[in-house]
Amino acid sequence: MTASTTTNDPLSVEEIRSDFPSLTVPMHGKPLVYLDSAATTLKPRPVLETIQEFYGHRYGTVRRAVYGLSEQATAAFERTRKTVTRFINAPTSRSIVFTKGTTESINLVASSWGKTHLRPGDEVLISAMEHHANIVPWQLACEATGAQLRILPMNSSGELLTEELDTLLNKRTRLVAVTGLSNALGTINPIQEICSRAHAQGSLVLIDAAQMAGHMAIDVQALDCDFLAFSGHKVFGPCGVGVLYGKPEILETMPPYQSGGDMIREVTFEKTTFADIPVRFEAGTPAIVEVIGLGSALEYIHSIGFEQIGAHEKDLLRYGTDLLEQIPKLRLIGTAAHKSSILAFILEDVHAHDIGTILDQAGIAIRAGHHCAQPTMKFFGVAATSRASLSIYNSREDLDALALAIDEVITLFRS
Amino acid sequence: MSFDLYQQVILDHNRKPRNCGALEGHTHTCHGHNPLCGDDYTVYLKVTNEQIEQVTFEGNGCAISKASASMMTQSLQGKNIDQAQALFEEFHQMVLGNLDAESTETQLGKLKIFQGVRAFPSRVKCASLSWHAMHTALTQKEDEVSTE
Ligand SMILES: Cc1ncc(COP(=O)(O)O)c(C=O)c1O
Repeated sequence: MTASTTTNDPLSVEEIRSDFPSLTVPMHGKPLVYLDSAATTLKPRPVLETIQEFYGHRYGTVRRAVYGLSEQATAAFERTRKTVTRFINAPTSRSIVFTKGTTESINLVASSWGKTHLRPGDEVLISAMEHHANIVPWQLACEATGAQLRILPMNSSGELLTEELDTLLNKRTRLVAVTGLSNALGTINPIQEICSRAHAQGSLVLIDAAQMAGHMAIDVQALDCDFLAFSGHKVFGPCGVGVLYGKPEILETMPPYQSGGDMIREVTFEKTTFADIPVRFEAGTPAIVEVIGLGSALEYIHSIGFEQIGAHEKDLLRYGTDLLEQIPKLRLIGTAAHKSSILAFILEDVHAHDIGTILDQAGIAIRAGHHCAQPTMKFFGVAATSRASLSIYNSREDLDALALAIDEVITLFRS
Repeated sequence: MSFDLYQQVILDHNRKPRNCGALEGHTHTCHGHNPLCGDDYTVYLKVTNEQIEQVTFEGNGCAISKASASMMTQSLQGKNIDQAQALFEEFHQMVLGNLDAESTETQLGKLKIFQGVRAFPSRVKCASLSWHAMHTALTQKEDEVSTE
């Protein structure tokens, strides 16, 4: 992959596809059509090579030992922290905490910040389209502290009703936790507006960037968000690693989330003093090679550039939306004006799981279910949807295959 | 496309489920729910002197779960409780892949069509949901089962 961030050449899907060995492995004897990148992305060769190289030749623990292997591993690990810092334009690498993923990042904030900063009568505001990972931690934090959970509603296209912020945001609001991009609907939310309006009321803002991070450039300083979370495995990186960004001055006020090795300054049996941020929040031996692999994934994204990624995915979204809209008895769930490359739908008379199983037989991997967003499903009055989610390696041909297979499902169920 | 799982019989029962609706005067009932995919069924049985007189079901879900419920109600007609429980056991073992209905003598009959489900681990629960509900209803342990 040699495309540079400065050219405006359309992205070469063929070149990109050749970076992803998974795409060459047939499924049920058919070429794989992978349409589940919102769940997890496939991995490009540079990431695979980095992992192989590190485990194979350069492996050692971090932060603990004086020998060369460990010092090199520590340096590579900390280089990734710098890569992440640049990737989201954070002010300092002290603001970057490595976690297991978005879920742990949000739990860290809910637990550490929530339990020390929330009081009875305070309010936490989330949106109606959140992933369970950005609902349940806040429910538990509210239960533990006596704070109240409030919900910012959406309309039937899957767009947040930001006018409701007038009443929902008030002096009691301590935190707004909202997704930048909905995994169930594809909606891109107006997080810049939400940040500035929340701040005007003195509330902090956490952005769930699990979906956003692989599709759109993130600038935490321009956004001025207080926390932001994403997962490595959704941005072409390894599983078991994720990121929490927090404004350093806020992270500094927060107690450790877990405790043990690495996160301490000094331990006696009487008292322990804790390490500075961000290490304070990184108890135990981290996922060393996965973190380094994440660095390689972010460099891979950078080498393509979000401009190209955005243009390619926009084209796919438009193409796919047109195709699916022509299918009778198909209803798209999530039709926001500002949308990313997720096509969720239901078919009249055919359950999502039947669609998922039949498409799988055709080599097409889509997701069928509630997408860890049961309140969103309930809002749209469906038990489950089928979801095709697109990424840089998808082509118009993938969408043609999807539409054709859906037609066959309809024929089968009609016959 | 390979439609091993979606044979005409299954599609037909999905489209026109038999014995569908609540059963007045039922003696046993149980609600079965799979939160993962939203399959949701209630099974009703009218039993007199250990003999199953009538079985119905109501609810919604995927084609596999609906066809399975529909065909179950047909195959239980006229059986006694012990026979129904034995059939549950055979059906359950078949969809789990522990019993080869082709080479083994069973009472499964038409139900053998669900043997294909064993190749789809994520769908076994769909095929067995109403059976679990029936089993629980007759065992009278509780009136709610969940496959999660
Ligand atoms: C919007 C959103 N938030 C949070 C998560 C949780 O991410 P992870 O499972 O990687 O912790 C996901 C992943 O499914 C997601 O799509």
